[in-house]
Amino acid sequence: MMGNKLLGGKEVLGINRLEGPLLVVEGVGLAAYDEIVEVRGSDGQVRLGKVLEVSEETAVVEVFSGTSGLSVDATTVRFTGKTMEIPVSEEMLGRVFNSLAEPIDGLPQPIAEKYADINGQVINPTARVYPEEYLQTGISAIDVMNTLVVGQKLPVFSGAGLPHDRLVAQIVRQAKIGRPFNGDGNVIAERPEKFSIIFASMGVKHDVAAFFREEFSRSGALGRVAMFLNMADDPAIERLLTPRAALTLAEFLAFEKGHDVLVVLLDMTNYCEALRQISNKRGEVPARKGFPGYMYSDLASLYERTGRTKGSRGSITQLPALTMPNDDITHPVPDLTGYITEGQIVLGRSLFQQDVYPPISVLPSLSRLMKDGIGNEKTRADHPHLASQLYAAYAHVQDLRSLAAVIGEDELAVLDQRYLKFGQAFERRFLNQAYNEERSLERSMQIGWELLGYLPREELIRLSPEELDRYYQENHDPA
Amino acid sequence: MGKNDPLITGQRILDSFFPIVKGGTAAIPGGFGTGKTVTQHQIAKWANADLVVYIGCGERGNEITEVLQEFPNLIDPRNGRPLMERTVIIANTSNMQVAARDASIYTGITIAEYYRDMGLDVALMADSTSRWAEAMREISGRLNEMPAQEGYPAYLSSRLAEFYERAGRARSLSGQEGSVTVIGAVSPPGGDFSEPVTQLTKQFTSVFWALDKNLASARHFPSINWLNSYSEYIDAVAAWWQAQTGIHWRSLRAKAMDLLTEQDHLNQIVHLVGPDALPDEQRLTLLTASLLTQGFLQQSALDDVDTYASPAKQIGMLDLILKFHDRAMNIIKLGAISAAIQNLPIVRRLLVMKNEISNAGLDQFAVLETDLNQQMDELEARYT
Repeated sequence: MMGNKLLGGKEVLGINRLEGPLLVVEGVGLAAYDEIVEVRGSDGQVRLGKVLEVSEETAVVEVFSGTSGLSVDATTVRFTGKTMEIPVSEEMLGRVFNSLAEPIDGLPQPIAEKYADINGQVINPTARVYPEEYLQTGISAIDVMNTLVVGQKLPVFSGAGLPHDRLVAQIVRQAKIGRPFNGDGNVIAERPEKFSIIFASMGVKHDVAAFFREEFSRSGALGRVAMFLNMADDPAIERLLTPRAALTLAEFLAFEKGHDVLVVLLDMTNYCEALRQISNKRGEVPARKGFPGYMYSDLASLYERTGRTKGSRGSITQLPALTMPNDDITHPVPDLTGYITEGQIVLGRSLFQQDVYPPISVLPSLSRLMKDGIGNEKTRADHPHLASQLYAAYAHVQDLRSLAAVIGEDELAVLDQRYLKFGQAFERRFLNQAYNEERSLERSMQIGWELLGYLPREELIRLSPEELDRYYQENHDPA
Repeated sequence: MGKNDPLITGQRILDSFFPIVKGGTAAIPGGFGTGKTVTQHQIAKWANADLVVYIGCGERGNEITEVLQEFPNLIDPRNGRPLMERTVIIANTSNMQVAARDASIYTGITIAEYYRDMGLDVALMADSTSRWAEAMREISGRLNEMPAQEGYPAYLSSRLAEFYERAGRARSLSGQEGSVTVIGAVSPPGGDFSEPVTQLTKQFTSVFWALDKNLASARHFPSINWLNSYSEYIDAVAAWWQAQTGIHWRSLRAKAMDLLTEQDHLNQIVHLVGPDALPDEQRLTLLTASLLTQGFLQQSALDDVDTYASPAKQIGMLDLILKFHDRAMNIIKLGAISAAIQNLPIVRRLLVMKNEISNAGLDQFAVLETDLNQQMDELEARYT
């Protein structure tokens, strides 16, 4: 195919113009879309960039680490003919990298087992294995009510100042895989041998990154963690690469090395803001709140890199966290995320103010894959019904509270007052647990059953008579 | 086969309250987590169509995998064959190219028309048309076209119209009659139904199944809001129900809807002054309405018995709940208090009959009705 070769290896001296992070190169008709370029300024330093737009004669290049210090005449641009690739290997566990997967912990670059495209490959749905293996977090509100499954993507929707960092760190510390009980009721869930954690921070503060580092080292997990750090003061363009580099390593470990990988992405709101910033610079037509129209597709290209595939023992489970601006769940970032992910864990401000930790608002929270990961032979036969009954009762408590606010608690019927007591105990005893407290599923379910004892048996229509006979014990005088 | 046969889905709120005819169009709008996909899956599983085309347009990969894994193991109750044999899946997951997303809708509906021309009844589900509209927006943006509302191209409405108008009944050249029913899910940003795709879709569809976030967070599924949803086919399918079940479905439905509307009105009062302020007649209305919402409209896709309700079971349940209401109302007029009714054992039986009476065991309704009358007679005797 004469004349159709990419520019691979060609170098151009001098550029046409510079606009913020973009530079325009003329006379390069055969540059490829998304091709990686090396930009060398007069200081001799090499920066990486990506081709954003190609037309007959010009190419627009986005420079990852910014263009300050570059001049029009003395800049050389080398076209590599390849899209962005990073080296991956098992050796990368225990190390700290920047967004371009370059080590920043002062140690040498790990030896690459292979180079992988950071955009990954779309998994054909017929090659996927449907996730239905229980993942225990040791947190009652998640294990009983919004069960996480191996290979699921379940984001934490948080607000400014809410303790999502601690919650995510606690989940990472306590995560276990497998059936929680065997026939004798003994706990058999445990960490698999090849269990790795990939931590990607996008635009977070230095102390947040330090907190996680400390947590990982305290729990002795540091050797299993690879960190990809993009801090708040790092260039926004690099922020778009951070999760992609992290997921590329995750895919290598999961699908080629058989690891069970837990990926933490923090904080997706910063990622989306970087996306908006770049889109704006490129002069694109914005959709909602200035975010680009393709944000759904872009987020999907990250979140969908989760799951299990046929022919591989490994798995990728994603725990992205995002802060909802002004606690608004309809903001484009949580909204589009919720449409892609398999549920969400929502943190609530009023629970937080009442000093409940973790302040998980169970009503708007949801785990879509829970239905296939719990019940007989997976957790315990009464688990789905118990969760459903707790939901229904707690939802009713919310109605009664708004009623009690108007007519006063004393005016409520006796049954309604029992519901209110249930609601309070649910928040104090079930949701609330210590940061260091790891509850087994059995214990969490036991608390759930104790709380249902506050309600008369006739109210519990979502549980079968056999389950009620076996576990229900009425508590007439709740403290 | 009549012209106005309903597409029976086995979902009580759809068939009994907001029915769709074969060859009709419906929209299911709802924010995330309100159950669009589960509702679509339920229709794909149970609808009495000859063929189902399921378009996963820009949706989750694991959900498509779930269908691929589940459907071959499900048996079509009408012919005993695996459900997969009558299903065509167009898989476009959210991380695939947008141009393919745009095309997936047209691929699906063209396949549906092909089978329609063989004289088959085809049900097409598109999940979700909002992703398709967004794909149009993305491509339009790249082409530098002038955006209209919220960045969508100005031709969005004609594209949607062209798609939904491909539904309908048709007689092929060989004289066979087939139909394409189109059911489109809509994912409005922030669950706000005033956005362009929901509003335009409303213009071109005849049934509107509005999903409700509050119902979903109380785990009331299917979370279809009975006050905001509508169907333009109610008169059309009334004759079918009458012929199939011999019961005047039209008036049962109207009566149940009255009770539910009244419940909404009474709940507003209750929220101001508490339930004790209501007279006993109205408290009974609240009781019956909650039997309707919990015992009839709420339906579990995960329960083996409850997941599919035959038309005969649906109308049997509805009939019994309304009979309960009529008898109880008479007794209250004789001076009974509503708590006496509430404490009757039959109330709990009515709440759980959806799980306890299977489609094959409909004779249980007669037993339940005898119990109902007996308990009512006893209570009535105390006041006469």
